[in-house]
Amino acid sequence: MTSTFTKRPDKRKFDELRPIKAETGIIPNADGSALFAFGETVAIAAVYGPKPLHPAHMQDPERGIIRCNYNMLPFSVTERAKPGPNRRSKEISMVAGNALASVVDLARFPGTVIDVEILILQANASTRCAGINAAAMALAQAGVVMKEMVSSVSIGKMDDKIVTDVIKEEEDWEEGEGATDIAFSMTSRTKQITHLQLDGIIQTQRFMEAVEAARVACEKIHDYQIRALKGEKIDETKK
Amino acid sequence: MTTENTEIIEEHEEKIERKLVIPGEVIVTGDDYLPGDFTRKEGKEVVSNRFGLAEVSGRVVKIIPISGVFEPRRGNTVIGRVEDVTFNGWLIDIGGPYSSFLPLAECPRFINRNDIGEFATIGDVLSAKIWNVKKGGADLTLKSRGLGKLEGGRLIRINPHKVPRVIGKEGSMINLIKDATKTEITVGQNGYIWLKGDSEGEEKAENAINLIVEESTASGLTEKVEKFLGGNK
Repeated sequence: MTSTFTKRPDKRKFDELRPIKAETGIIPNADGSALFAFGETVAIAAVYGPKPLHPAHMQDPERGIIRCNYNMLPFSVTERAKPGPNRRSKEISMVAGNALASVVDLARFPGTVIDVEILILQANASTRCAGINAAAMALAQAGVVMKEMVSSVSIGKMDDKIVTDVIKEEEDWEEGEGATDIAFSMTSRTKQITHLQLDGIIQTQRFMEAVEAARVACEKIHDYQIRALKGEKIDETKK
Repeated sequence: MTTENTEIIEEHEEKIERKLVIPGEVIVTGDDYLPGDFTRKEGKEVVSNRFGLAEVSGRVVKIIPISGVFEPRRGNTVIGRVEDVTFNGWLIDIGGPYSSFLPLAECPRFINRNDIGEFATIGDVLSAKIWNVKKGGADLTLKSRGLGKLEGGRLIRINPHKVPRVIGKEGSMINLIKDATKTEITVGQNGYIWLKGDSEGEEKAENAINLIVEESTASGLTEKVEKFLGGNK
């Protein structure tokens, strides 16, 4: 059987990321902030806190909480996105918060909240991954005590090919076995998966290949995160 | 009424090597090293728990924070805004993870118990000292020289980790600004700075402080600030 997916629409290699943009400290008012972009997918994140949590009934006397807010700006997609929370953004807020909470030392300030705001400026698939990457950088920059970093990437299976960093056109692939899109978030040191969402179908052994591809890609992304946190402005998009 | 801040500041010229680390980064490897502030040991590796400057002094490895919220410590002089007035004191927002409490008993002057809002009410700004840090907040006192309500002037906020730079060695930097702008300046260790003088002086002092914050790692900072203050006269 020959594959229907032989070349990626944007001519990337199967394991190649889109040009990355990464920068920290973009929002002076926030305790920590960052921008992260996979090509045309641009996300910014701002972190505020730890600060007192109100309403008080949400407080946890043993630990602080992370309150994550993910939203797409109206102009981030071709057809205007209605602003405000919706079912999709609420779900992504929750998974992004959980993906980050597992590395943060929340027991340090009980009864407090760390606000993480993720905004998508421009979307071309993998928005949650770009958002989590930006949020992890913003958290680190905000001086939050955390064990390690989190990097996130989407891995796709287009017909029978495993590809890294999926774009919208690939997400909509319908020929052959169709498209599968898996969003991974992985910790930088212990390589643990803190978030995984699978959309579509995949065979067990192919899934293990996808995990391996995610690990390799997350290591590359982590490298960008380190460089951006150390003050570098990374912009591979203009060449 | 000016509070002098006499925290001893480590100078950049010191021969201790510092490097910027991010969470999860290995700082040093070896059995001899001991993990200090914000670091942990995993096998032979000393790993960072926080974004900041890693410093190896002798066997101990620690991280000096350069960002993040203010963490109250006993003895800190802080500036805060009254958040709420209760029957026996004031809740003060000092910008940290918790708001702090100033009990009526810690206020040295006479205050009518039936109307404590008369002395300070919501929105008023006070300079106070932290005398106790406990789980879920800090307790403040006004029983020290130079503490009390701040009236008039303007309040600015900077990164609390830059406060030592703004003050300078034994207050050299802040005194320089005070003299040049003829402005009263009170620096809270929580990053709030209160300025009072004529509007021109306040403006200039504020700009000078922002300059220090922006260029806090540059060498010859005092000269730069001197030039800035002199050049604008």
